[in-house]
Amino acid sequence: MSRLHNNEYTIWNLEDFLILIFFIVIITVYVSAVKQANRKYRNKWPIHRNCLFISGVICIMFAVFGPIAEYAHHHFVFHMYSHLMLGMLGPLLMALSAPMTLLLRSLSVRHARKISKLLKSKYVQFVSHPIIASILNLGGLWILYTTSLFETMHHSTILYVLVHTHIFLAGFLFTIAIIYIDPTPYRRSFLLRSVVLVLYMAGHSILSKWIFANPPVGVKQHEAEIGGMTMYYGGDLIDVMIAIILCYQIYKSESLKNIRKAIQLKLN
Amino acid sequence: MRTAKRTIDSLNFWSGILFGLGAVAFIDETIFHQLLHWHHFYDLSTTSVGLISDGLFHAFSWFATVASLFMVADLRRKKSFQKKRWIGAYMLGAGVFQLYDGIIQHKIMRLHQIRYVEEVIYYDIVWNVIAGFMIVMGLAILNSAKQNSKTKVSDEPVA
Repeated sequence: MSRLHNNEYTIWNLEDFLILIFFIVIITVYVSAVKQANRKYRNKWPIHRNCLFISGVICIMFAVFGPIAEYAHHHFVFHMYSHLMLGMLGPLLMALSAPMTLLLRSLSVRHARKISKLLKSKYVQFVSHPIIASILNLGGLWILYTTSLFETMHHSTILYVLVHTHIFLAGFLFTIAIIYIDPTPYRRSFLLRSVVLVLYMAGHSILSKWIFANPPVGVKQHEAEIGGMTMYYGGDLIDVMIAIILCYQIYKSESLKNIRKAIQLKLN
Repeated sequence: MRTAKRTIDSLNFWSGILFGLGAVAFIDETIFHQLLHWHHFYDLSTTSVGLISDGLFHAFSWFATVASLFMVADLRRKKSFQKKRWIGAYMLGAGVFQLYDGIIQHKIMRLHQIRYVEEVIYYDIVWNVIAGFMIVMGLAILNSAKQNSKTKVSDEPVA
């Protein structure tokens, strides 16, 4: 019995070790890209973006590794904490760190052109449409919590990794579909993005109340209640941050419009 | 010129309405849900239409609060913020939303009750009377703001 336990422990440690290496590599890549970009450009890459990126990665790391992730296997509330960090807070922080701008700056012109061609492709244009991105994000969550997928996921490592990768990617995609930090070739109107954000917030809060009343398979009633409320209030907090950033962008673009108008008047 | 003034007026009006809606939702959430625990997070008699309506209103009220404050910032930047019109619209928005919450969400959709006691009717009456009072006050302030702006226009010498 104790040997079996020991074995399990060792296996987990190896997995944890690999995960840790993975995140260290990601941070190293970002920081070395910053060095590369700073060598090429006179205006230095702002330090706050480094901080944003690293805190985003740490959020995601805590969601899949360490005590919170460990508890998340047994307690639904901790699963919700990890979900909020993996699917919402981490992606938001990473999006704010402008990773695509950095990539374009640090690569050679030839490679940067390939990347920007990719960004302009039909596929990227399709998935980064606010409506598609929010369906990918919310739809995934609805499927996870209203079908037996949630329970099945905890018995299969591949499924577990797939679901978590989807939560992160969909969360990131949704964030960059609503707020534009990086160069975005196909810009959607502020109105469309605001409406989609409101609908997304509504869907998120409806789902969390649904979880509150109908616990996913294998989750106890009182855990589902606290988990649902965590999802509701935590989701609100991050959605409001996105709303503030979106409105600030509208506000700033209005002032840009005014400046342009003033310049034109002067020229005339 | 007239259309520009109209746009400014309606911007003031709508930002007030939106902020009123957001403020009522915020007070509802902090005081009645979190501090007093009178309201329930989820009432078992909630219908699915009620759940959807609540979700939409909840999301919209958050966004409205943020957006309305940025609208005020924009109006102040343009030096065209009209305090009186804004406060009138704010009270009107708050009253209308509270009345909607009190009659449609609490009573018709049965989302949750104000408080889980025997005679909830008294709570309902106080709730809705306050809402009605805010609507009347809001309309009165808006009306007086309108009169003010009219007299101001007529005061100006005709060019």
